[in-house]
Amino acid sequence: MQRSFVRRCGLVVAALALPVLLIGTGASAAPNTGKLASATLNGDGSTFQLGFNQVVIGSFKPVQKAVTVNYQGNGSGAGRTDFVNGVVDFAGTDAPYKSTDPQPPKPFFYFPTVVAPITVSYNLSDVKLKLSADTIAKIFSGAITSWNDAAIKTDNPRAKLPSTSITVVHRSDSSGTTANFTSFLTKAAPSSWTLGSGSTVSWPSGTQGATGNSGVAKLVKDTDGAIGYVDFSDAKASDLTFAAVKNSGGKFIPPNLGSAAGAAQGATVNPDLTYDPINATGAAAYPITSPTWILVYQDQSDANKGAAIVSFLNYIYDQGQQLATSIDYSPLPKSLLKQARAQVKKITVAAS
Amino acid sequence: MAAIAPPRENESPAPAPKGLGTGSRPPGVFTDHLFRWIALASGLLVLAILGLIAYTTTKNAWPWFRAEGFGIFADNWDPPKGQYGAGAMIYGTFLVGIIALVISVPISLGIGLFVTEVAPRRLRKPIVYTVDLLAAIPSVVYGLWALAVLTGPLADIYDSISSATSGIPLIGDITAEPSPTGLSYMTAGLIVAIMITPIITSLTREVFATTPQPLKEAAYGMGATRWEMIRGSVFPHSRGGVVSAVMIGLGRAIGETIAVALLIGSSQHISAHIFGPGDTLASIIANQFNEATGIQRAALIGMGVVLLVLTVGVGILARSFVNRYDRKSGAVA
Repeated sequence: MQRSFVRRCGLVVAALALPVLLIGTGASAAPNTGKLASATLNGDGSTFQLGFNQVVIGSFKPVQKAVTVNYQGNGSGAGRTDFVNGVVDFAGTDAPYKSTDPQPPKPFFYFPTVVAPITVSYNLSDVKLKLSADTIAKIFSGAITSWNDAAIKTDNPRAKLPSTSITVVHRSDSSGTTANFTSFLTKAAPSSWTLGSGSTVSWPSGTQGATGNSGVAKLVKDTDGAIGYVDFSDAKASDLTFAAVKNSGGKFIPPNLGSAAGAAQGATVNPDLTYDPINATGAAAYPITSPTWILVYQDQSDANKGAAIVSFLNYIYDQGQQLATSIDYSPLPKSLLKQARAQVKKITVAAS
Repeated sequence: MAAIAPPRENESPAPAPKGLGTGSRPPGVFTDHLFRWIALASGLLVLAILGLIAYTTTKNAWPWFRAEGFGIFADNWDPPKGQYGAGAMIYGTFLVGIIALVISVPISLGIGLFVTEVAPRRLRKPIVYTVDLLAAIPSVVYGLWALAVLTGPLADIYDSISSATSGIPLIGDITAEPSPTGLSYMTAGLIVAIMITPIITSLTREVFATTPQPLKEAAYGMGATRWEMIRGSVFPHSRGGVVSAVMIGLGRAIGETIAVALLIGSSQHISAHIFGPGDTLASIIANQFNEATGIQRAALIGMGVVLLVLTVGVGILARSFVNRYDRKSGAVA
């Protein structure tokens, strides 16, 4: 009785091990070019690039059938932390690591993927607004409380402004959108904006918080006299009106894909491909433009994963850039794209 | 009190089913031992889990406690400036809890009395089922429903209440500056009230149902009306149970997260304006945890510790109330 039990156990173990061995040998024999061997890439982080990533991942799947890419939008901060801890194969972030943050333990790359404008959207019927950074700062810090304030009139001498009181709507969840928006105000209106910048700031009492870009969009749409910052694709999807914002060259520029690309072009790109398009120079640059990056380690010790990630990045810089415009993200300017493609070649993949 | 605390386990076990024992032992002894150990392990597991949660969260939150000291109770939440006082959130947590109780307790007691004393027998079950059904709806559904349907009309109501009461001392201050979007302490409290009504109702209903029939009949025998009977017999008998039901409701209310996060408006300042935005411990954790690093992250975990302490504190308070009333009224638990 007992011996037969032992024998049966042995058979079960052998049966389980056999396919594993077969898969193991099969995978290592596959070539790195052309059709890739089976691999799963897990990434998480920035919700700002989530929409773009989903579309790119969806169209990458038929190209490399054996490769599965997963991306979870749980916030840039979570993405950077997970990347440091080695929980994910790549991470999405809207901001580079700060010197005070825990740093990734091994050499890694920033891969810029797309850019997009953040709109200043408002709910006032039949008014096309132009706003300077100073006026925006005063509105969002509560210094201006009604729409016919002198500062708004100065920016819009010809507009008919109602006496409606202003309702400020901000993100209640911590967000890269808030970080970029407040970073713009800190840079462009240092005297009027004293709340600092970050993914959460201490908004004045009486302002309204809503969850996510879509939450802010809904609240602005539903509330007469409301104003809020909403990313471009959500603002368009909710059919919001948005203001033209005065850039560093003194021009009022409406947010669109062209003016966002203009901001990326006007920004100074660091050797590690981090750059700051916020309040960038350039006559056609929209000043509140959000960058975003994918983080990847330089040394890829897993051959299959390494090959897959190189192929995925190349796809982003090829077909991905064309897909971007269809979902309201702006592709990278040519110079940056060239640098990014060169950086993909620096990834070292272990021999299989 | 038998309704809330499960009846104490009988010291001498009931005879176990036969046929499971082995060897010469009396049948049932082995399974009885097994049962005793499994029961003990389950009991200890709860304590162990609670202890582990308390330990790990406190450990992760330690940088916040060390950096802020008693400043954790300050009203100065401002991450870019490195200030992490949770005063506004603790205040908001209690304010939402109190609003929820003020709305929910009278309704829950009313339903409880209606079901046990007033309603015809065939109506009782459907009412109980319907109220219990409220408890089965997920928090996020309440939140999104309120956001889609309630906040707009509520904003108008708040606005008219506010203008009608402006100028009255105290009340005018409380109703001042209504939120134009409807997101406020009040809206959050209203939804939490709906969410805690089932638990308070089912607890009070069971407490009312334990009123001994002779007590009620004695009241009727003395010529009491139904309300006089309830006041003279049902209420004194169930006081401890009702207070404890309310406390359990409060415990649930202060822990509500997603619905509150959607509806409270996320303003981290102590404000007397109940129609204006605020924030609670649970909702700020849900909102800000994703992007938080460093001290801010420690602070958010630390607020979880504060919430745990508050919830346990409310629970202990509930117990002590129950014990005091039980002793006073001489009711047998």
